[in-house]
Amino acid sequence: MTTLIKTDRFVLSDAERAAIEHEMHHYEDPRAASIEALKIVQQARGWVPDGAADAIGEVLGIPASDVEGVATFYSQIFRQPVGRHIIRVCDSMTCYIGGHESILGSIKSQLGIGPGQTTSDDRFTLLPVCCLGNCDKAPALMIDDDTFGDVTADSVAALLEAYP
Amino acid sequence: MKTFASFGPANRIARTEETHPLTWRLRDDGQPVWLEEYQQKNGYTAARKALLDMAQADIVNTVKTSGLKGRGGAGFPTGVKWSLMPADESLNIRYLLCNADEMEPNTWKDRLLMEQLPHLLIEGMLISARALKAYRGYIFLRGEYVDAARHLNRAIDEAKAAGLLGSNILGSGFDFELFVHTGAGRYICGEETALINSLEGRRANPRAKPPFPAAVGVWGKPTCVNNVETLCNVPAIVGNGVQWYTGLARPDSGDHGTKLMGFSGKVKNPGIWELPFGITARELFEEYAGGMRDGFTLKCWQPGGAGTGFLLPEHLEAQMYSGGIGKVGTRMGTGLALAVDHTISMVSLLRNMEEFFARESCGWCTPCRDGLPWSVKTLRALERGEGRPEDLEVLARLVDFLGPGKTFCAHAPGAVEPLGSAIKYFRSEFEAGISPAAAVGKPGAEFVQA
Repeated sequence: MTTLIKTDRFVLSDAERAAIEHEMHHYEDPRAASIEALKIVQQARGWVPDGAADAIGEVLGIPASDVEGVATFYSQIFRQPVGRHIIRVCDSMTCYIGGHESILGSIKSQLGIGPGQTTSDDRFTLLPVCCLGNCDKAPALMIDDDTFGDVTADSVAALLEAYP
Repeated sequence: MKTFASFGPANRIARTEETHPLTWRLRDDGQPVWLEEYQQKNGYTAARKALLDMAQADIVNTVKTSGLKGRGGAGFPTGVKWSLMPADESLNIRYLLCNADEMEPNTWKDRLLMEQLPHLLIEGMLISARALKAYRGYIFLRGEYVDAARHLNRAIDEAKAAGLLGSNILGSGFDFELFVHTGAGRYICGEETALINSLEGRRANPRAKPPFPAAVGVWGKPTCVNNVETLCNVPAIVGNGVQWYTGLARPDSGDHGTKLMGFSGKVKNPGIWELPFGITARELFEEYAGGMRDGFTLKCWQPGGAGTGFLLPEHLEAQMYSGGIGKVGTRMGTGLALAVDHTISMVSLLRNMEEFFARESCGWCTPCRDGLPWSVKTLRALERGEGRPEDLEVLARLVDFLGPGKTFCAHAPGAVEPLGSAIKYFRSEFEAGISPAAAVGKPGAEFVQA
């Protein structure tokens, strides 16, 4: 017998809805707030759950498929759960010369994850990122909103400590 | 340890108001210059002049005759771009967009300006908006630049409170609103029509041109997109005049003014500095960056970002301006150079670069979407020593098929420019990746189980 799997319908919180409506007024067309709306949902929930596209589309008056198209295009919008902290390792050629692959190797041996993966305790997700603009301090990486330069394979462990 | 104040070297060279219009206001401690200090350092005097004493067409003409060129990498004359805005007065909703989506590898000049001199950008946008009759501006800022976002938003609040943004600015009758719009990743957003799509809340695919943004831009309205550093040049040009501006560069430079230039890689003193156009790359490399670190020798260098070609040490005699770098076969790009040292394999370096370009392709047109991953696959095989004899020909064909004029935007041509030049100057390194076994094997032999 087939079982219907019932999932809770996605509902925007009042705060999320208010923040999205506030953003809409900065633009001539409400659609322009779609990326910001996804960021608002992500900020509150850590990622953009299924169903958010319908709810955002309804507020902005655009099809859910358009919202989903945007959500899957941009690298900072997460359509699957991520860890509590995001590690972004710059992989520009400047950081390549600076040795960023040894940083990735060090993270792999400490956390057991490669780019695009999340630790089993949901503490960290590792992502590649375009040049972070700290080329005089290569290699560089970001953990959440904090940027670090002159990182070495040995210094990564101490940086990660600060993000429980 | 949290986010650090960066850019020591830019703050440490001797700077004057007459010779360093972009950076003379920087503080020695690297902290942002807020409104009070900015005004003490003659801030917003150029805006006052532009809004109260100059006709709109005079501002456009001043920028046009100054010869200011776009500082985002392409170097298109700013005044010409401005004059493309329609003369039809009935088209009264116009936008000024600041391209602050700085993601070009090895480029961190706009971050310096936005983090430490947010009011210089606001003043540049205010004067430019007046010239373009734009009633609203957006700074399209990449999401990772969290300090720049914070500083710009605070500076915008200060400017609004002081009557420098909003309605009837300085009693001139001119209204201008300014917003910071932060992006959500993807290098392609820096392409100006992709940026417009992204601002509108769409996928950042570039648009077909024509129509150009000046005719049909954001929400179909006349739109001008300028880079951060370009807009930051405008106040001094308007304030000090064209004659002063054209005297800034070295006498034999084809480009006018100063440029934020840099050098990174294994050099002694990596950094960025505001320097006159026309200095030689050797001055930049030796006198500012201090040459290579002990134990490293210069193998080759790139003049300005991932999308520019590689040059040899002998090319350091080239002058840093578009024509000077053009003479040795590539583009000046963003003017922030990268030193590649003797320990680096060109095959591996290009593999790293093409992985970046392939990942960041928006996927819209076939040559870029399919060609770049093909180059990555080929380079990976060469890197492992498992290349096939025809692989260099494959790469040469990709350099051609993904070149200028054959793709929807400049992304793929930028991706193959360094590849073409690397093969030209370091062919033997690529040939060394061809497997001796592959040379005698038949195509498809690796699929046959022994």
